[in-house]
Formats: sequence, C-alpha cells, structure tokens
Amino acid sequence: MTKSRARAVQAMETSMAIELEIQLVAVVVAVACALSGVFLVLRRMALMSDAISHTVLLGIVLAFFLVRDITSPFLIAGAAATGVATVWLVELLRRTQRLREDAAIGLVFTALFSVAVILISRYAGSVHLDTDAVLLGEIAFAPFRRLEVNGLDLGPRTLWVMGGVLGLNVGFIALFYKELKLSTFDPGLAAALGFSPVLLHYAFMTLVSVTAVGAFDAVGSILVVALMIAPPATAYLLAESLRRMLLLSVAIAAAAALLGFWFAWIVDASIAGSMTSAAGVLFLAAFLLAPHRGIVAVQRRRRRQRWEFARLMLAIHLLHHEDTAASATENHEDHLGAHLRWDARFAQRVIREAEEEGLLRRSPSGVLHLTDQGRLAATQAMQV
Amino acid sequence: MNPLALLVPDYTLRVVALGAGMLGLVAGALGCFAVLRRQSLLGDAISHAALPGIVLAFLLTGAKNPLVLVLGAALAGWLGTLVVTLIVRHSRLPADSALGIVLSVFFGAGLVLLTWVQQMPTAAQAGLDTFLFGQAATMLAGDVVVITTLGSIALLAVAVFWKEFKLLTFDPEYGATQGLPMRSIDILLTTFLVIAIVIGLQTVGVVLMSALVIAPAAAARQWTDSLGVMVLLAAGFGAIAGVGGALLSGAAEHMPTGPTIVLSAMVLVMLSVSFAPRRGLVWDAVQRRRQRQQLRTDAVLADLHELAQHHKGAHAHDVTVLQMMRGSRTDVPRALGVLRSRGLADRDAAGGWYITEAGRDEITRPGGAGHGDEHGH
Repeated sequence: MTKSRARAVQAMETSMAIELEIQLVAVVVAVACALSGVFLVLRRMALMSDAISHTVLLGIVLAFFLVRDITSPFLIAGAAATGVATVWLVELLRRTQRLREDAAIGLVFTALFSVAVILISRYAGSVHLDTDAVLLGEIAFAPFRRLEVNGLDLGPRTLWVMGGVLGLNVGFIALFYKELKLSTFDPGLAAALGFSPVLLHYAFMTLVSVTAVGAFDAVGSILVVALMIAPPATAYLLAESLRRMLLLSVAIAAAAALLGFWFAWIVDASIAGSMTSAAGVLFLAAFLLAPHRGIVAVQRRRRRQRWEFARLMLAIHLLHHEDTAASATENHEDHLGAHLRWDARFAQRVIREAEEEGLLRRSPSGVLHLTDQGRLAATQAMQV
Repeated sequence: MNPLALLVPDYTLRVVALGAGMLGLVAGALGCFAVLRRQSLLGDAISHAALPGIVLAFLLTGAKNPLVLVLGAALAGWLGTLVVTLIVRHSRLPADSALGIVLSVFFGAGLVLLTWVQQMPTAAQAGLDTFLFGQAATMLAGDVVVITTLGSIALLAVAVFWKEFKLLTFDPEYGATQGLPMRSIDILLTTFLVIAIVIGLQTVGVVLMSALVIAPAAAARQWTDSLGVMVLLAAGFGAIAGVGGALLSGAAEHMPTGPTIVLSAMVLVMLSVSFAPRRGLVWDAVQRRRQRQQLRTDAVLADLHELAQHHKGAHAHDVTVLQMMRGSRTDVPRALGVLRSRGLADRDAAGGWYITEAGRDEITRPGGAGHGDEHGH
C-alpha cells in the first residue's frame, strides 16, 4: 500500500468516524428532547418550550459575564435558571389576571430575549457569542469540540453533555412516572392525594430548561422546539397509552434524526433544519395515515358509514310500505329518487349493494322486496 | 423644511423611525384581535413560518425586491396558519402543539432551503438572514413605502370588515346563526394579520415580531373595555414603541433596533398593567385599601352604636374599650379620627368617645354603615 493511499484510507476512516459521531449526537439530542416533550404536549404547554429555548440565551449571557468562560458549566446552570424564571414570570403575569397565558408567554420570552440580544451586541461584541449560532446551532461542528481528560480523547463534548441530559430525563421520568402521569391527566386528584403539583411542575420545567440548553448548543433554539414537540405530537396521534407514547416518541425522534442527517449529508444543507423537516414529514405521515385517527382512515370510515346508512334507510323504507296498497309504486326502484331524494345513480348503487348484502331482491319489473334478513335489519334499526 | 426633518435630522434614522412607527401602528391594531381571541402566539408561528416563503421567493425571482420577499413570506405564513387550523380541526392535538409544530417545522424547512441557497454560485443571498434577526438600519425609503402601502391595506380592511371581525372575536357562534360565513371571515382576518407581521420581519426580525403583535394590544386592553378604543390605543402604543425604539437605538451605540423597539413596547405594557384606571394593579391596590379602611371605620361606628344602646344616651367610652371590641389596637384611633371628621362620632372633655346624632342616623340609614354587607360594592 502506498503512503498516499494509506493517508486517503485514514482520511476516509476519520470522515466516517465524524459521520457516525454526528449521527450519534443527533439521535441523543432528539431522544432527550422527545422525552420531556411528551409531557409538554400532554400538559398543553408545548409553547413553553418555544419560550424557554429563547430565554435561556439570557441565562447564558449573564452567566458568561460572571465567569467569562464560554465553555464553563455555569453557563448551563445559568441558562437552566432563566428557563425556570421564565416559567415563574409567565405564571406571575397570568396570576395578575390582566393578561391571558398565551399573551404572557409571548411577552415574557420576547422581552428576555431582547435583553439578551442587546447585552450581546453592547458588551460581548468581541466574544464568540453571536445570535446566529445560538438560534440556528450547528451540529456538524459537534465532533470538533472534543472532551479530553489528561490528553485522552473521550469523544465529542456535546455527546457527553447530551448523554448526561438524556440520562437525567430517563431518570426523572422513571423515578416520577406515577406522579407525572397523575398530575398530567388529573391535577386535581394529584393535589387531593397529597402530591405537590407545583413542586413537580417546577422540577419538570427545570428538566425542560436543562434539556433545552443542552440541545440548543447542537441544534439551535428554534429547532429544539421542533424536536420537543413534533415527535411526541406524532406519537400522540398513534398511541393509546402514556407508556406507548413515550416509546413511540423515542423511536420517531431517533428516526427523524437519522433521516434528517442523511438528507442533509446528501444535499449538503443544514443538518438541524433537515432533522426538523424529517420530523415534520413523519408528523404529516401520521396525521394522514394513522390507523384510527388519520385523515385517510377517518374519511374512509365516514364514506363506509354513509353507504351503510343509505342501505339501512332503503330497508326501512321498504319495510314501511311493504304489504300496503301502494307498495308496487312506493317500493319501485324508480320511486326512490322522489321519496328519499336520491339521484338515480346513487340509488342504483345502494340497491346493488343492498342486494349483494342480501337485504333485498329486485323483481324483473323493478319492484324491490325485502328478504328476511333485510326485514330483520330494518326492524332492529328502528328499535334502536 | 419638513418638520420631521427638524426633529430628527439624520435621514437614515428618520426613515427607520417612520417605518418602525408605521409597523407598530399596523401590528398593534391587528394584534388586538389576535390577543382577544387567545391567539397571541399565532403571530410567533406566522413569523417563523414565513422563512421558507422568503427563501423560495428569492430562489424563484433571484431578486431581493422587498415586495417580492414580503409576498413570499406572506404566502408561507398564511399557509402555516392554514395548516394549524387543519391540524386542530382534524386531529386530537391541542392548538399549542399545532402552533409549535408549524412554527418549528416550517422554520426548519426554510433553514434547509437557506443553507442550500447559500451554496449556489449566485450567492447574492447576503441580506436574507437580516430577515431572521431584523436589521432596521438597512431600511430604505422603498421599504417604508412597501410597509406603508401594505399596512394601509390591512388597516383599511379592518375598517371595512369591522362588524364582521368584531363578531368573530366575541361571538362567532352567533355570527354563524346569522348566516355569516365565519370561517371565511376568520381566514380574511388571519390574512391581514399575516400581512401586518411579514412587513415587519426585516425590521425587528422573526423572533421579536411576535412581541409587536402582542404587546401594544395587551397594553391597550388595560385601559378600555371597548374594542374600538382598544384598537386605536394599540395602534398608538405600537407607533410610539416603534418610533421611540428606533430613536433610542439610533441615539445609543450598539443598541439593535428590534430588541429596543420590543423593550419600549414592554415598558408600555408594564405601565398599563400597573397604572391603568380600574384594571391597573396599583389602582386595584388603592381601591382595596380604601375599602378595607371604610369597613374598619364602619365597624367602629357600629361598636359605638352598640355601646350607646347598652348605656342609654350619650355615654362616652375610652379608646381601649373600642380596641378590645375590635380585637385590634392600631386601627381604632385612626377610624375614630375619620368618624370625628365626618361628624359621626365625637370626644368629650374626658377623652371618652361617643356616637353623635348623625352617627346614629348613618347606622340606621338603609345602605349605611350599619349595613356593612351591602357597603363598598
């Protein structure tokens, strides 16, 4: 093997390692976001993730002014603290009863975000802390920020941070599963049983804040919102239990991360944007095709019910006029248009299907006769 | 010379202030409907959803004509609200999740398009990202013309469809029973909200445009219960925040315009929530304090009356007796002072207190102090 060939192979291996690392980071970020997102969606607090993912910027800026080190873990602590402060401020504004919750959320996060942007442009101009990077993130850089201990390369720093955040999410949900479930679906009962919904609420919002901070380093603040809401919302359309919704969310989030990565890799576009788009596509698919609640399934069910109803109507009509003097005209196939206000084609189809189902017989002259089965169906329908 | 030019001598700043003022005016007026209909965050979703439209408009025309970009933004933003409506109507997802999905997924798709555009050889895309964060300093007279034209159309529409929009906001079911096409009216109102938002994206940016929709309306709501007054007030507040924020950011170094405008609007909200008559928090606190004092004074008068009935006639009592009856030491002297100044009670030479004739009348008068339950409502 020549020297240059060996170098090329090595370069390829490095690039594959980088690809793998980015995918790993993407999956870990997406899954961590999805786990806390499940409860945000169920508690109708989805837009709190939008608010928090913006206001943590202020926490990062303030913590940065204190410690003057962009890699300090205090930045994450500061960011998490502003996340919780956001929740508290929204609650405070709402409790004045002068503003509704949606307006309060919108006002708090834009105000805190504005303060952060002003602080950055006034005092941090020379430092690497620009709004673009914060809002958009760049997961592709993740493999280049290594965690090294005593010169030993332990892998991308983001992977460790988000791995920790993911562990925190799993731990919190496992530990407080019962409490979370109860306070999400029946807060009144939770309070009556002596759990403190407020305490749990703030603990959970702290978790959301920590997750948002960790993730937004990788994917940017707006896409944190996508990863927190889209996979759980997709799972919500498919699942019938909380446990299944959690599992599905994790699977969907991981799928969105991988699909997004490969799409971005192929067309050379923003990875975070592609992950979001993939999550959107998966949501759309569930929205349209979900087995019971999907648009297609609902439409199909409605159409089937419409024909079923029409056949039953026909059977009842025939039963009504059976054995009367006018039965030959009333129960003639040409009369249905006048009586039931059906157009001829519709009537023909109903008659054909009813005949196939064994509800009636058509005599050669066009008069319709109920079968025993048809009579039974009509009688039962009238009794209900 | 133009009086505006005298006030703000810098031409660029004048243009920016004018544009921002117009923007605040339009967003404030349209925002009232969004806030009242509990759709405050619809603005947030619209402004994010606009991104793919902006990039596509640029891709298709290859130009950075503000009108073309604004139209692209409007189309995408409008589509976004339509998708929100569809999701809410046809699935069991709550509205906030639907908003969150549309907001983030549209934005993500826009980001993919944007990064794709940026690799193209014709990468004259510089300036597209100002739509993300807003850069009022680059506002040109042409932009102000676009803002003013489209904004005036939106305002005119509000005037023309006033009755319909009002009905939609407060009682859509009643409107439907009157045979009005409420869904179409909803779409119409949303369309003009979309216009109000997309014309501001370049100035204050995606993130902060939603504040300009909510803040003036939220502030105006505190001052009035009438929709007409509220819309006018919100338009005024929006204009003040726009012009004020633009001038402030022009006066100081490194003060980005968008955030400054937003914070100016926030100051208006805080002032309104605190000091607006009847709804303001300060007004409320003063009112409650006054009621509490009134109640205490009435109670002391009732005590005096009771003592007088026990003792037949104007028998005076020491303050300590009254303090014991009230179970409180601090309130009684003050209440007695108030009663004396109103001529309902008085003090004899020995310093004892007794109820006057007027005080007795006050007690027995229907709705007077003796009927404390009905008092103060």
